[in-house]
Amino acid sequence: MSILKVENIYKRFGKIEVLKGVSFEMNKGEVLSILGSSGSGKTTLLRCINFLEKADGGVISVDGDVIFDASDKSKMTAADIRRSQLNFGMVFQSFNLFPQYNVLENVTLAPKLLAKEDPNYHANKKAILAEIDEHAKELLARVGLSEKLDSYPCQLSGGQQQRVSIARALALKPKILFFDEPTSALDPELTGEILKVIRSLAQQNITMVIVTHEIGFAKNVSDRIIFMDNGVIAEQGTPAEVIDNPKNERTKAFLNLISQKE
Amino acid sequence: MFLQVTMSLLEGFKTTFNIFILTLLFALPLGLIISFGSMCKVKFIKWFVKTFIWIIRGTPLMLQLIVVYYGPGLIGTWAQEAIKTGVASGAIMEWLASWHVFERFFALILAFVINYACYFSEIFRGGIESIPRGQYEAGQVLGMTKVQVFFKVVLMQVVKRIIPPMSNEIITLVKDTSLARIIMVYEIIWNAQKYIKSEGLLWPLFYTAVYYLLFCGILTLLFGYIEKKLDYYKI
Repeated sequence: MSILKVENIYKRFGKIEVLKGVSFEMNKGEVLSILGSSGSGKTTLLRCINFLEKADGGVISVDGDVIFDASDKSKMTAADIRRSQLNFGMVFQSFNLFPQYNVLENVTLAPKLLAKEDPNYHANKKAILAEIDEHAKELLARVGLSEKLDSYPCQLSGGQQQRVSIARALALKPKILFFDEPTSALDPELTGEILKVIRSLAQQNITMVIVTHEIGFAKNVSDRIIFMDNGVIAEQGTPAEVIDNPKNERTKAFLNLISQKE
Repeated sequence: MFLQVTMSLLEGFKTTFNIFILTLLFALPLGLIISFGSMCKVKFIKWFVKTFIWIIRGTPLMLQLIVVYYGPGLIGTWAQEAIKTGVASGAIMEWLASWHVFERFFALILAFVINYACYFSEIFRGGIESIPRGQYEAGQVLGMTKVQVFFKVVLMQVVKRIIPPMSNEIITLVKDTSLARIIMVYEIIWNAQKYIKSEGLLWPLFYTAVYYLLFCGILTLLFGYIEKKLDYYKI
């Protein structure tokens, strides 16, 4: 069974139709990259799946459970949305770290707040909090930031900040990790360190959806590629199919443009 | 004489300080609530609150003091007259007829709190709206509730941003307390002025400036200290 199933997502902003019926599925452990020119709807698609935008049409299921159905008139409560959102982790283009907290606190803040909802929280408070700290330190070690636990975001480079935000997203053990152009705000020399981290996550079989402009990287790390154009999926398949032998004219034109730039 | 004046001014300054601290204590939380009103998605509430802020910021505090102090009493008397002469009657008129003048100091604090809460609310609104949407979104995708996002993520950043305009407003408040004498609450300037009449002395009036300067100086240092304390992170 697919871990994520997205069916017929529609989304419009005012008069502009950004998504015009997007459907795809992915399996556990898979890495899926979404490519496409600016304005093709990649980011909006990601934001519709994790409830940062509300899709106008379509159904989204995780592990076979429908978490969103636009045609279902029974209103979703904020608590429902919150619960569904916890299926996903999100890494933003602009990091969005919390500036007033240090690196470790950035990673542990959400798990500690969530732990308070645990009925056993008061009985085992110390153990639960210690476990969260331990897990956070482990994650920060995995992204190579063990030395920076006490630093504040403003003291870190962009690449380091983005690595913290990856650790932060992993701290809640999401089923699927989303990346929204994780390297677009970074200098080329810092891009490499992020790609390295994502690659190591792929090796650990973490299910990921990556919206990116890094074609070479996408080809290298992904199991599957989706090419979006003008609000629809123009082409999808393995990297070998989509990037090396594109069939769609728009895909060809896009890849040509990119390779010229590089 | 100097000692006598100093002590008398100190007495007046106590009232000044009380007005200051009580206004701050109530106007800060009320300002936050009003700022939520002015950002409310329900149009009716939003425009009601915005109109209220416009009226309060658009009229002098001196006038507001007079209205709050004399207004209820005037309405009460008018309603009693109206009932007596048979022009009007009913439960509402009965209720209005029961209105009477507030206790002086209470009226003063009420007017000051409403006035300053409106100014503070605009500072809060500016601070809250300046926090990038990404901060809210980051909290949201991490499964935080709206309340958690506000108190755990946004608020501290707002505090850092609003300290300079807040310190401005709070220092203005120190000097606005001198309006209290309009409704005969005896603050420091009143105490100094009485020496003109009784002793023909002008200098006690100038002397009050020392109190104001010292107090504002302490506040300036305090705000500088807070700013420094929050310097460990950048927004």
